[in-house]
Amino acid sequence: MAAGTSSVGDRKPTRDLSSAVVRFAGDSGDGMQMAGTQFTDTSAIIGNDVATLPDFPAEIRAPAGTVAGVSGFQINFASTDIHTPGDRVNALIAMNPAAFKAHIEDVEAGGIVVVNDSEFDKVNLRKAGYAEGYNPLEDAKFTQQFKIFRVPITRLNAESLQSTGLGAKDVERCKNMFALGMIYWLYDRPLDTTIGYLEDYFGKKKKLPQVAEANVKALKAGFFFGETTEMFPVRFHIARAAITPGKYRKITGNEAMAIGLITAANLANKNLIYCSYPITPASDILHTLAAMRNYGVKTFQAEDEIAAVCSAIGAAFAGQLGATGTSGPGLALKSEALGLAVMTELPLIVVNVQRGGPSTGLPTKTEQSDLLQAMFGRNGDCPLVIIAPHGPADCFDAAIEAVRIAFRHMVPVIIMSDGYIANGAEPWRIPDAAGFEAIEVNHKIDPETYEVYRRNEDLARPWAIPGTPGLQHRIGGLEKQDVTGNVSYDSANHQKMTNLRRAKVEKVADHIPAIECLGDPAGDLLVLGWGGTYGSIVTAVENVRKSGRKVSGAHLRYLSPMPKNLGEVLKRFKKVLIPELNMGQLRLLIRGKFLVDARGLNKVQGKPFLVEEIEHAINLMLDDKWGPSESLEPQIASLGAEEAGG
Amino acid sequence: MAESSLPVLTAKDFASDQDVRWCPGCGDYAILAQVRKVMAKLGNRIEKTVFVSGIGCSSRFPYYMNTYGFHSIHGRAPAIATGVKIANPDLDVWMVTGDGDGLSIGGNHLMHILRRNVNIKILLFNNRIYGLTKGQYSPTSEEGKKTKSSPMGSIELPISPLSIALAAEASFVARTVDVDKDLASILERAGQHKGSAFVEIYQDCNIFNHKAFEYTTDKDTKEDHIIRLEHGKPLIFGKARNKGIRLHNHKPEIVELGKDGVKEDDLLFHDEKDESLAYLLSRFTHPEFPEPMGVFYKYDDDSYEDLLTKQVEDATKARGRGTIAALLNAGDTYTVG
Ligand code: SF4
Repeated sequence: MAAGTSSVGDRKPTRDLSSAVVRFAGDSGDGMQMAGTQFTDTSAIIGNDVATLPDFPAEIRAPAGTVAGVSGFQINFASTDIHTPGDRVNALIAMNPAAFKAHIEDVEAGGIVVVNDSEFDKVNLRKAGYAEGYNPLEDAKFTQQFKIFRVPITRLNAESLQSTGLGAKDVERCKNMFALGMIYWLYDRPLDTTIGYLEDYFGKKKKLPQVAEANVKALKAGFFFGETTEMFPVRFHIARAAITPGKYRKITGNEAMAIGLITAANLANKNLIYCSYPITPASDILHTLAAMRNYGVKTFQAEDEIAAVCSAIGAAFAGQLGATGTSGPGLALKSEALGLAVMTELPLIVVNVQRGGPSTGLPTKTEQSDLLQAMFGRNGDCPLVIIAPHGPADCFDAAIEAVRIAFRHMVPVIIMSDGYIANGAEPWRIPDAAGFEAIEVNHKIDPETYEVYRRNEDLARPWAIPGTPGLQHRIGGLEKQDVTGNVSYDSANHQKMTNLRRAKVEKVADHIPAIECLGDPAGDLLVLGWGGTYGSIVTAVENVRKSGRKVSGAHLRYLSPMPKNLGEVLKRFKKVLIPELNMGQLRLLIRGKFLVDARGLNKVQGKPFLVEEIEHAINLMLDDKWGPSESLEPQIASLGAEEAGG
Repeated sequence: MAESSLPVLTAKDFASDQDVRWCPGCGDYAILAQVRKVMAKLGNRIEKTVFVSGIGCSSRFPYYMNTYGFHSIHGRAPAIATGVKIANPDLDVWMVTGDGDGLSIGGNHLMHILRRNVNIKILLFNNRIYGLTKGQYSPTSEEGKKTKSSPMGSIELPISPLSIALAAEASFVARTVDVDKDLASILERAGQHKGSAFVEIYQDCNIFNHKAFEYTTDKDTKEDHIIRLEHGKPLIFGKARNKGIRLHNHKPEIVELGKDGVKEDDLLFHDEKDESLAYLLSRFTHPEFPEPMGVFYKYDDDSYEDLLTKQVEDATKARGRGTIAALLNAGDTYTVG
């Protein structure tokens, strides 16, 4: 019988839970991302709802064993609908002292901590920055607060792979699978998905059948270790969620963005030309698309961010779907070219996967601090369309929506993703491929009446493409005369064209849905958010509503232009709270545009909001305890890895 | 409709209805006239031709061509043009830039379009000055040059556009002068080249750097200051065609034919396939050496957009043309319910 069905004959009690949060943490070289991804896949496939939060160091090879080199992967899996990767960790797997140190603060009181005891030696404790002679595993502060299980994972893994004939290095690399096997046992998960993956990845793709076999062996050894030893007194079971029936796959935001762009190109009967310069955390979009040439996708790795956006603009001018992807620093470099796209009124897609800023900032950590840059970061009055997906799977729909808008309105569109949704994964119910509405593009233009800036009812100019006889025309960054498109320095014309560019973007609001409230349409408090904070805000609002309080949520997907009914919705609430992973950028816009006294919960700690942080802020506002300040920071749960512990 | 049945176009067909607004006497006029003629001669179609430029006097060029045109932003024409060509390899893409646009603010892009061998014709109008911003020194201005931004003389060394192009792996490198008789034939050869063709054109800025290239245009003396390169022919120059270039101890020197027994066979012979020779020639500067004109280097190789298109074709052959259904259902899927 496969280990995956070993629930039969269990000798230990199983406890049912509705959800659990597990975090794998270890050195960057310990394979924690793979372990976490596998745990996610397995949990999704057995029918749990899942949400993930990968967390990796900015340095590819930070010194081994140090806190700077710790890589983590958190999974929330549940038998109910969930929207976040979870606030508190129920079970932490720490593969070395640095991982313990970096993550222990996030574990709930009484939580499970499985440590790789083999690595808690003098050298590693020192590397993690603990004082000489100190071992946190012997410190009552930790042993009393957590259920710490000391498993010599490195040694047990090596022993179980003795007969494989693999070198010591290869054997050691399997220890993540030993750990994963143990946690599979602890949470009653089958092994078959991961076994299939290992055989496919190491066996078929990398042509290393021996390595595949060893990994499978380590996985099983970990599982059996959980089963046979008396170490864990109880195991847990999380039943499948009541998920809408259908075919699913697990998807990250970057994957969803990539396939959304291809789908959009297909729907518009265009080729996708994706021009990008490698940048964290957007590069995976480029990687995904580069492997999809058979979809007619041409990827172009440009020499810099400016060349990336400019080549995408060139592709749009030539009549294809020109798109570029980047992150904050790259968006800054693209500013001038975005102005050109606004001026030439070409359809252009810019994916901005936000990360911690300013400057190089926190490349691998999430933030929402590019909103004002996207809105205003260009010379001149330079409006464009901005939309923000609210979760990993939503990136797919946002990409299609962005292309639809760009083509219909002849306007650049910035899609504001972020590091959290780009790398985070969730189950995605695969839509029906035949169910999409085509994206209309009109290139049939009568040369007799053609003029470069003759606008239609949406104020969009015609998209005449090179190669078409009779439609030769010149465009550029200089101001152009209305209708004819000839260069014009006329002052009245400049005013008119500036107004038209603004009105054109505002017209997009005719085609977007009204914003809806989660909860009642009126009440004491509206929690307004945008982008990747959706999950934590929704969960917090739902939780507080359960106590009967009059709080509702609303989430902005369209930031430029905003939905037409937003002002009216804001007026229906006594107070407005805007939680953002920045210092109040949407708040500035909302206060300025609607003159409401919105308050902000503002966090820039490289991490998404905890649900409890938002709940706390909601309650402060409802209890009239917020005080006079326009914004508050959530209390920092831990002082960060560097200061904590030892 | 077959190409052959299309009407034959003339230079006039390539002229747009816009008034040309360069300063009177600007070298750009002569280049514009020749480019229009060459376009017609090459049999290019107005609707299939795209002119892309950056910013600067020369970059106004697209407005004066009755083709598709994109007057973009400073220095970025190579990137815009690359995007155009990738998106539609059937288009005939020409790029016009200047010494400031192409070598200063856009130097990076120029290097990369050349090394990628995107099939685009690049005309760099070199007037050794910033014209549009009213007369500051440029990356090709000579050391000591006094301008508004260098009143005590420029303390920067100029760069050679051709040396840069060669170092960037350009597959076609040539030079000519705005008013020279060979301008048209060199543009024609550039137009026929498959791959990035880089042509430096000495251009007189009548207002801010007048006569900077007089040594290459003065009827009486120019043949003493330039060498007209011809593939397979010895490097001979001079009004009397009595001077030549010889290598001595790996160094070029000017010799007089007939003097001290110097014969044609002793001279360097031009070879368009010889990259080292091309580089050596790109280092010849007035007044020490006559400045070479013509095609320095030409090498036939696959163009970037062809290789990219081929990858799309190969992938499609190997895996079949992707459909939305296949795309959505890829990866590990599972069924609930
Ligand atoms: S400033 Fe010089 S280069 Fe510019 S148009 Fe006038 S003459 Fe020509």
